[in-house]
Amino acid sequence: MDFELSNEQQLLKDSVDRLIADRYELRTRGKILESDAGWSREIWSTLADLGLLGLPFSNEDGGFGGGPVEQMIIQEAFGRGLLVEPYLATVILGGSAIALAASAERRAEILGGVAEGQRLLAFAHGERLSRYRLRQVETTARRVGGDGWVLDGEKTTVIHGGPADTLIVSARTSGGKDDEGGISLFVVPANTAGVTVRAYPTFDGMRGADITFASVALASDALLGEADEAYPVIEHVEQHGIAAVAAESVGLMQAALDMSVEYLKTRTQFGRPIGEFQVLQHRAADMYVAVEEARSIAIHAAMMVGEADPVARRQAMATAKAQIGVSAREVGQSGVQLHGGIGITEEYAIGHYFKRLSMIERQFGDVEHHMALLASLETPG
Amino acid sequence: MELAFSAEELGFRDEVRAFIAENLPPSATANGGRWPHWSKDDIVTWQRILNKKGWAVPHWPEEHGGTNWSAVQRYIFLEELLLAPTPEPLSFNVNMVGPVLCAFGNEAQKDFFLPKLRNLDLWFCQGFSEPGAGSDLASLRTSAVPDGDDYIVNGQKIWTSMAHRADWIFALVRTDPNAPKRQMGISFLLIDMTSPGVTVRGIKTIDDAHHVNEVFFDNVRVPISNRIGEENKGWDYAKFLLGNERTGIARVGLSRERLNRAKRLAEKLPAFNGALADDPQFRRKCATIEMQLKSLEITVMRVLDRQRRRNDSTPDPATSVLKMRGAEIQQSTAELLADVAGPMVAPTDAVRAAYEGDFPTELEETLGIIPHYFNSRAATIYGGSNEIQRNIIAKAVLGL
Repeated sequence: MDFELSNEQQLLKDSVDRLIADRYELRTRGKILESDAGWSREIWSTLADLGLLGLPFSNEDGGFGGGPVEQMIIQEAFGRGLLVEPYLATVILGGSAIALAASAERRAEILGGVAEGQRLLAFAHGERLSRYRLRQVETTARRVGGDGWVLDGEKTTVIHGGPADTLIVSARTSGGKDDEGGISLFVVPANTAGVTVRAYPTFDGMRGADITFASVALASDALLGEADEAYPVIEHVEQHGIAAVAAESVGLMQAALDMSVEYLKTRTQFGRPIGEFQVLQHRAADMYVAVEEARSIAIHAAMMVGEADPVARRQAMATAKAQIGVSAREVGQSGVQLHGGIGITEEYAIGHYFKRLSMIERQFGDVEHHMALLASLETPG
Repeated sequence: MELAFSAEELGFRDEVRAFIAENLPPSATANGGRWPHWSKDDIVTWQRILNKKGWAVPHWPEEHGGTNWSAVQRYIFLEELLLAPTPEPLSFNVNMVGPVLCAFGNEAQKDFFLPKLRNLDLWFCQGFSEPGAGSDLASLRTSAVPDGDDYIVNGQKIWTSMAHRADWIFALVRTDPNAPKRQMGISFLLIDMTSPGVTVRGIKTIDDAHHVNEVFFDNVRVPISNRIGEENKGWDYAKFLLGNERTGIARVGLSRERLNRAKRLAEKLPAFNGALADDPQFRRKCATIEMQLKSLEITVMRVLDRQRRRNDSTPDPATSVLKMRGAEIQQSTAELLADVAGPMVAPTDAVRAAYEGDFPTELEETLGIIPHYFNSRAATIYGGSNEIQRNIIAKAVLGL
């Protein structure tokens, strides 16, 4: 075990940090948010040029074979910059679904396109009534004839579902509505007849979409992996999402802490900087502790996201997401509180960090969900 | 960055585990079903076994008996001791005065004391706090006035853990009452507890036990040659001591051992419905503590790793995180155990002694729980209270 970055990792960190510092100031981000798309193609091509869009994929699949530490480094920088481009949707969620379940040929086709910045993916899994229960899938896919499928149902708050050209959609092909067995994944071009995408901005500056599938006819090769056996893939995709937002949160929280401490040093009341008041110092110290815990657990998440044993991985990723949720709430809320009134204004950065942290808390399972999961796993001492 | 334990590190863990299994004396495990409650003899015997193996003081410089292990190896070693559990190496000797002597002692002091510290031939206690100097340690008043080759020491220390077992005390004393800053008039002395004029008076604590004491100095003669380093520089050495090897303070292994104990006990006891071990609320509490322990464990390794890289002896203020969270988790595990044991915690030591022998063996693990719960409240008070740790973070890390 060794926590120091290698030279290559340090170079990667420097280049991503520079990108965020030079090209992603809060004001620039504000302009991007106001644009119709809500994200920047220009930034996206830069990410492609830097090799970040193909980072986690293997060389054979057209990627760069980066590991979990590299992924952690760039997610943390994205968090610090509050990046709104569809990286999580395309590279992490869509990309890992394809990497985990697709044939070599299809991996090279789709992931190669992602790496070049030509293709955008979205992972359409959550439904109105599924909340955090991954196995609850009511969208259906029926076999028709010998060689095709018909897809019906609705997926909600699909991250960056709007711009995606390729949707990875979960559907029930057998079993009851919350059985783990009987779920399948399909690769669906977004322009297929019967697919309706309603895209919208979300509170954290990202974009979401509700997508309906009305008798969508799919060819037999739309099926991704084995029919009825997609649950473990879906779970693993979510775990990649957890590792990614864990690292992103660390960047968000560190930035929130830094700007709060800076504010404590500059804001004066009662004739002195408010940072001289012990009650505020202790609140800031608690934020620091929460950030350090998050940083440690994000490392744990990176360490375990590729673990082969599904039970050990499940436990680790639930632990990570629960800790991230606890820390995110502590740091986000305290950051706003330490800023006082301006903390709740649109103009100040801290509120934007708080909003993104609040969304991450509720993505891929919240604290309660993962605690319940861990409690169910608990083994005797 | 490499996040997994290497094969060598895993092999090292197995080696430590096997050594403990083979060498921990039966007397130290005789009450293993209960709270670790070791006699002085247990602690001394185990320390000498470690010393013979060459593992008594892993983090000391190699020429004084250190092992030159990596940060991760040191972490693994300490956690295995706590998990077993074995008696803990006496912190006053191996983590406190030993490293101070290695760094600031003269050759004669090192030659005389270091081998005896390693082998626990001399048991040290720590004379820092005074009735008027707790969190505000620099206000201490115990005085040392030169007289020929000696100092004459007068004053009082308090909360002196294990002074009743100790042969020597390392103490902060005021040698210059007129120094421009209070911190500048303090010296670091080693005092033989058998010196005429030293009196130890026990303080009974709420766990019905004797851990801490008052120590009185009444015209005690201490050779000036027992001063470590320079006169009036004692505060620097004390700061070194407090920042040194604080990573052990997180005591992840101790908390994990308590958690395991609580789970074992919960299997034998009922909840409102079914077994306590199956109760969702209980399991949820366990899961929360395990989450906190995982975060703490990795934080400990990050701090250790950073210390190794920094390659200097200045304290890392991030260790305050370890002290704070470590103490809080120690408290929550002690609390969990007390909650599991329920009404079984009530009988006092005396009652339990009378039952000894025919107490239901499956409930032996309930014995001694409540004293540890009471005692655990001290974890956020001693060694710099959690409030003091927040002050340190605010000043030294955040620059407030």
